[in-house]
Amino acid sequence: MTNRTTLPDARGHFGRYGGRFVPETLFPALEELEAAFKSAAADEQFQADLGYYLADYAGRPTPLYHAARISALLGARVYLKREDLCHTGAHKINNTLGQVLLAKRMGKTRVIAETGAGQHGVATATAAAFFGLACAVYMGEEDVRRQRLNVFRMRLLGATVVPVSSGSKTLKDAMNEAMRDWVANVANTHYVVGSVAGPHPFPMIVREFQSVIGREAREQVLRQEGALPDAVVACVGGGSNAMGMFSAFLDDPSVRLFGVEAAGKGLGSRRHSASIIAGRPGVLHGAMTRLLDDDDGQIRPAHSIAAGLDYPAVGPEHAYLAETGRAVYLPATDDEAVAAFERLSRTEGIIPAMETAHAIARLPEVAAQIPKGGIIALCLSGRGDKDAETAEEIIRLRESVSGDGDEGGPGVTP
Amino acid sequence: MNRIDECFSDLRKRRKAAFIAYLTCGDPSLQVTADAVRTLADSGADIVELGVPFSDPIADGPVIQRASARALTSGASLSRIIDMVAALRGGGLKIPLVLFGYYNPVLRFGPERLAREAAAAGADGLLVADMIPEEDEVLAAACREVNLHRVQLVAPTTPDERIGKVAAASGGFLYAVSLTGVTGEREQLPAGAAAFMKRIRARTDKPVALGFGIGSPETAAAAARIADAVVVGSAIVRCMEENAANQDMLRRLGNFVRELADATKGRSSGSGDSSRILPAVR
Ligand SMILES: Cc1ncc(COP(=O)(O)O)c(C=O)c1O
Repeated sequence: MTNRTTLPDARGHFGRYGGRFVPETLFPALEELEAAFKSAAADEQFQADLGYYLADYAGRPTPLYHAARISALLGARVYLKREDLCHTGAHKINNTLGQVLLAKRMGKTRVIAETGAGQHGVATATAAAFFGLACAVYMGEEDVRRQRLNVFRMRLLGATVVPVSSGSKTLKDAMNEAMRDWVANVANTHYVVGSVAGPHPFPMIVREFQSVIGREAREQVLRQEGALPDAVVACVGGGSNAMGMFSAFLDDPSVRLFGVEAAGKGLGSRRHSASIIAGRPGVLHGAMTRLLDDDDGQIRPAHSIAAGLDYPAVGPEHAYLAETGRAVYLPATDDEAVAAFERLSRTEGIIPAMETAHAIARLPEVAAQIPKGGIIALCLSGRGDKDAETAEEIIRLRESVSGDGDEGGPGVTP
Repeated sequence: MNRIDECFSDLRKRRKAAFIAYLTCGDPSLQVTADAVRTLADSGADIVELGVPFSDPIADGPVIQRASARALTSGASLSRIIDMVAALRGGGLKIPLVLFGYYNPVLRFGPERLAREAAAAGADGLLVADMIPEEDEVLAAACREVNLHRVQLVAPTTPDERIGKVAAASGGFLYAVSLTGVTGEREQLPAGAAAFMKRIRARTDKPVALGFGIGSPETAAAAARIADAVVVGSAIVRCMEENAANQDMLRRLGNFVRELADATKGRSSGSGDSSRILPAVR
């Protein structure tokens, strides 16, 4: 859990972003959490325990796989950091094992979480079952519908799934409801925030627990290629898999960092989740960050085919990296993601999460920005089983319209 | 002098607690809100909190969440709410008005512009549910500039030393959140409220308003015994919601608020009281 970035500052700021914009009730809990995290991070036993669980329970280290067929298509050397092979099927488990272990250390008896795709909910329910804590997961009604499999998994793991019917009925509203629960139950409850979002210290804590992704990837690429990658790519919802990946390379100026945001039906459509590319500075869920809102400061509903990206804001550190130019953010639409979802399945035999498919969709553009034959490391943040139903609906619909079932669209074809 | 200071110094002389009524502006329309504010003032409210609706009200329970959604549908915004304040003042409304909202709409409006325009319209204070003193520099300075009180909140979870710090940063009065939770009525005043008030009293001389969870004459009376002001929100919003289709909504609202205000002032309400002294069995 070490990395060389010096941010956030003492008050939790990344430049003008971050901070703590919360009801007073939560302020002491955030201070307590920050202190507990710092003490745990300095405790060798905690580190050893977490390392053990990550290895023997979650399956780390995950491979850095050289995707030869995609590489040939793109004229670049593409490596996939296989977070899809983690226990529960996504990077989310890195964070939840860390936070639930921390919650236990703090004497909390209950954890809560928000979830979009259900991956973070499943990962929290898993860690809670494993460490013996009660667990409630808030999930928008719209997501309960489109991620049925994960709802069942959470219940199977002993968690209570609470459907949220307010607002847009997606991730943003689930997070509102989780915050309300936390405000009411802060004495015995830890809120396992699922991404590098929320008030300080969450963006820092989640980044540190996810930084294992980048640390492994950096070592692996150095071992396998004898060189650092020219580009690192990840999809960005709240931004945790991307920060986990980026954090190891922030101080390597030769490594270009690319985040891919969900452009939904297109950036011009207002039905997207591209809060860095198309949003502006604002305050939501406890942090100053970039977000989507109207001229009165009301949060606009986001949209993405990927439930895990369907969020109208982003972690404050990404807003900061975009502002400083250290990372570059690119959009990928629903259609492009579906095409990439199919393409990766067929070329590499890997069905990616629909979130991850957004990053895959932009590989040609990333390849075009680095020297020919350069190295790209992409965070394959999760597997796509949960998206099979959604994808099937879309593909069937498309085939019935075009009568052409064989071509997957643009995908990763250069 | 700020109207809030006048109000508290006057009530302190009379050894009475202030009754503060909250409603969500624009629920169901700003026209109804303006009428309701006048009704609240005529029915014994000493101060009115004007809720500025936000799409993601994380400190609010279901009643105010629903009101906020209705208000946004009706097109309420900060600029229209400020216009309403100006119109109410133009019509002769005298009692202090405090805007109560979340930070993103304030940020989008512009903190300096908000302070200036709200003060010019006749508002006296500003509460922001998700803004603690640590992040408040710009807004607090802007409010100070125009003598708009930037009211801060403390909660039962706030440690002692921090209570002093937040109270020092708070303008006009200090808002004490009576319970660890979101807004919404509760059956009784939370068990820890008295001890919490004692912790606060030991650290500030500013007037202290107790709010969250208070929704009946009984809880209001209990709160008035330990605080300088009693805030009722959800119960008022719910009264308006339940009577929305009623021709005499304002009259019912007035009656309800009169009971709450009387209870706060240690007066018993006519109807409730007389029923109690009548024999139980006729
Ligand atoms: C597989 C996968 N990737 C990415 C995300 C997006 O989250 P983040 O941007 O925090 O990595 C999710 C969220 O649910 C996910 O399930």
